[in-house]
Amino acid sequence: MTSATLFGLCGAILIGLGLFELITDPHPLRKILGFNLLGGGVFLVLGVVARRGAAAGYLGDPVPQALVITGIVVAFSATALAVALVVRLSEVSGRVSLAYASSEQTDSDGAEG
Amino acid sequence: MIADAATSLDAASTHGYLLVLAIVVPVGGVLIATAVGGRTAERTAFAVIAAGLILGFAILLDVWMTSRPLAYVLGNWAAPLGITLRADGISAVMLVTTALIIAATALYACADFTIPRDGLEARAPFVFWVLLLAVWAALNTVFLSGDLFNLYVALELLTFAAVPLVALSGRAEAITAALRYLLFALAGSIFYLLGVALLYGAYGTLDIILLHQRIRPELAVSLAVAMMTAGLLAKTALFPLHFWLPPAHAGAPPAASAILSALVVKGSFFLIIRIWFDVLPGSRSLAAAQVLGVMGAAAILFGSIVAFRQARLKLLIAYSTVAQIGYLFLLFPLVVGFEGSPWSATAWTGGWIQLVSHAFAKAAMFMAAGLIAQALGHDRIDDLGGVARALPLTVLAFAISGISLMGVPPSGGLIAGAYVIRVMTRMLGPRLELPTLSVKVDRWRQSLPLSLAICAMLLGLLPLQSLELLQVGLPHFLGSAGR
Repeated sequence: MTSATLFGLCGAILIGLGLFELITDPHPLRKILGFNLLGGGVFLVLGVVARRGAAAGYLGDPVPQALVITGIVVAFSATALAVALVVRLSEVSGRVSLAYASSEQTDSDGAEG
Repeated sequence: MIADAATSLDAASTHGYLLVLAIVVPVGGVLIATAVGGRTAERTAFAVIAAGLILGFAILLDVWMTSRPLAYVLGNWAAPLGITLRADGISAVMLVTTALIIAATALYACADFTIPRDGLEARAPFVFWVLLLAVWAALNTVFLSGDLFNLYVALELLTFAAVPLVALSGRAEAITAALRYLLFALAGSIFYLLGVALLYGAYGTLDIILLHQRIRPELAVSLAVAMMTAGLLAKTALFPLHFWLPPAHAGAPPAASAILSALVVKGSFFLIIRIWFDVLPGSRSLAAAQVLGVMGAAAILFGSIVAFRQARLKLLIAYSTVAQIGYLFLLFPLVVGFEGSPWSATAWTGGWIQLVSHAFAKAAMFMAAGLIAQALGHDRIDDLGGVARALPLTVLAFAISGISLMGVPPSGGLIAGAYVIRVMTRMLGPRLELPTLSVKVDRWRQSLPLSLAICAMLLGLLPLQSLELLQVGLPHFLGSAGR
């Protein structure tokens, strides 16, 4: 097994774990962590792509590496935005949950009135 | 023919700078509005909108006249390494549609988000104008970019601009909806990125035209396209990945809803079209297209039935968007299934007319619903009686956009008809006293949704032949037999 294959498999495992966390865990913060795990897996796959595409004399293809850097910046901003929303949500409602329980209650009340 | 088209595409066109301007002008507007702040935000937005409308029509005119796509090579770095901006027929049409709807929304939003002459800068108006321009910049990049990774960045910018628009009111349910939308969108775009990684790993390029030349039908391609499509479906809110859309609309201000439903979900849909018809080689899998078609059909049924049962007008319109997105996906099996026959081009034209007309109609509906909710102080469908006498223009706008949703081919229209008629019977229903209006609504403001609705209606009258403009720049003309 070459190192590229090994890292590719690691990337695939990270993607699987991240996706599982993102879908199954109800807590927004852990969903955000799941997204970061998922992103990490994708970046690892991009790293493997860079290694496999390396031309003679180079350790890696620079294009996927540039993509990883851009991807990290995007994922960082996405995480910051998501965390900001979570913080605001806990300030406004006093709890952190993606459920609509309270709002749907008022909606249906309003509809009946 | 194909090789000839490709070589001519790679050269920069004389008017290629228009494409750069179409992206730089809104981005510049965002920067200026953010840096200077205050009342400048609104003024900048209107200056940018004027410029953007001119640019959009200039690009459309150029593509139409020359029947060739516009191209611009950024920094003169040619395709394998550099990024090319391209405007083909569908990009030009989408640029103009976006410019028109953004302009109408901005005029509509003036009343809600104007920054008082003497007052201090308020958060919501300032953020609204900046984000409106940001959404526009991101959409223009999605329509013009010819590079898969560049498109990923544009998609993320679109999400980052659209999510705060949803949360603008600052209420707990709006923030929850925004957070849900963000998580859906992030999961979607990271899968798109994974697909991009696989395609780059297999073919060593991100440029759409080069990729189209090199791509072969093999496992890696199917896998990559499946992941990219699945990710984008989540962002487009196709059933069963639509959960985020209705709550996002429920809490957003009407102007934001109009943008979200008319334009933002179309951005990721546009990208699916790009991947399927510009990147993939001629032999597309009919089975995969059928799957998209079946999901679309399910979305139509589900969205229409749920829409019919809604108690609030705004949620009804939101679920109607879920259904209308389903109609858009019928384009795939129709175009792919008839490939090689003239019907393919007809389906292609029909699909695009449906898309543009839905954008106009849905923006009009959300604006009309916003006016009604503002005037009555609520938007409960059962209590809408008499609105038609109080706000005749608004109700007319709602009716016309309803008709265009019902009647535009290739829609069946029957199910869409049911919920539109339910609302209309309430609005027109007899009531002895006029409903008390809590706010007076200007006539010119009512005329905005009306003019959008009339645009949507007129689009339905276009002849359903193969419009050549929509096929400019496609790797191979649809419907030309014996490709």
